Amino acid sequence: MLALAAAALLLAGVSLAFYWAPEDADQGFSQRIFYIHVAVALTAYACFGWAAWKALRLLWKRDQRYDLESYTAVHIGVVFGVLTLVTGSIWAKISWGVWWSWGERQLVLFLVLFLFYSAYFMLRYSTEPGPRRASMSAVYALFGVVLIPISFLAIRLAENFIHPVVFTREGPQMSGSMFFTFLVCFAGTLALAGSLYANELLGKRLDERLKELREALA
Amino acid sequence: MTTAEKYVTAAYLVVLAAVLLYVVIYTFKLQRLERELAELAEAAQERRT
Repeated sequence: MLALAAAALLLAGVSLAFYWAPEDADQGFSQRIFYIHVAVALTAYACFGWAAWKALRLLWKRDQRYDLESYTAVHIGVVFGVLTLVTGSIWAKISWGVWWSWGERQLVLFLVLFLFYSAYFMLRYSTEPGPRRASMSAVYALFGVVLIPISFLAIRLAENFIHPVVFTREGPQMSGSMFFTFLVCFAGTLALAGSLYANELLGKRLDERLKELREALA
Repeated sequence: MTTAEKYVTAAYLVVLAAVLLYVVIYTFKLQRLERELAELAEAAQERRT
């Protein structure tokens, strides 16, 4: 059901982005990457936030099922992180003429956040499965979430930037139709992440059950 | 097609390709799980007989 909603919303979002949303006066056609790039980036943040929430629940309740849920959320967040970096890089190439700019704090901080969560897998698979690994992974996922507001606020605190700021204290700096298109795309990427999360969690749980069954039969 | 149009289309296609790749990888995973389940069912059957 969620997968169908994601497909419908993304199809609608892409159609609106290409055929309905007005062309940006400053950036022209290239601004249309915004609808997918920002939606994907915010979804990555949401996944990492969800992973931290599940990690907190694990440390609080000591229920091991939250470990797999937190791990799955990090997994999906990293997938969306890759997409954020790739779509952002394409946008940078059109707008700034370069694929990457090390001088941009938000780009570098997002890369740091992405690498931090990529290292989560190294930590996880370098220790034996069990409560110790679950606790270590949970603490790591919780630390990572601190980087999200830093990454988000970095551009607002920086004085010299070329990365555009669209969401300010005065609200979204775009027309109503542009904002609506963005919301449809964002709802689509969130539904996609939710659907991938549910499927991935199901697969990982099945994998664990099969492992237990194999050990019982051995 | 202008350069901007090509790049914008490429960005959207990257997302689509990632989703398709994920579906393909997940299909392989499901096939592996199904195979392992069949092996375990067979092992359980042998143990019973």
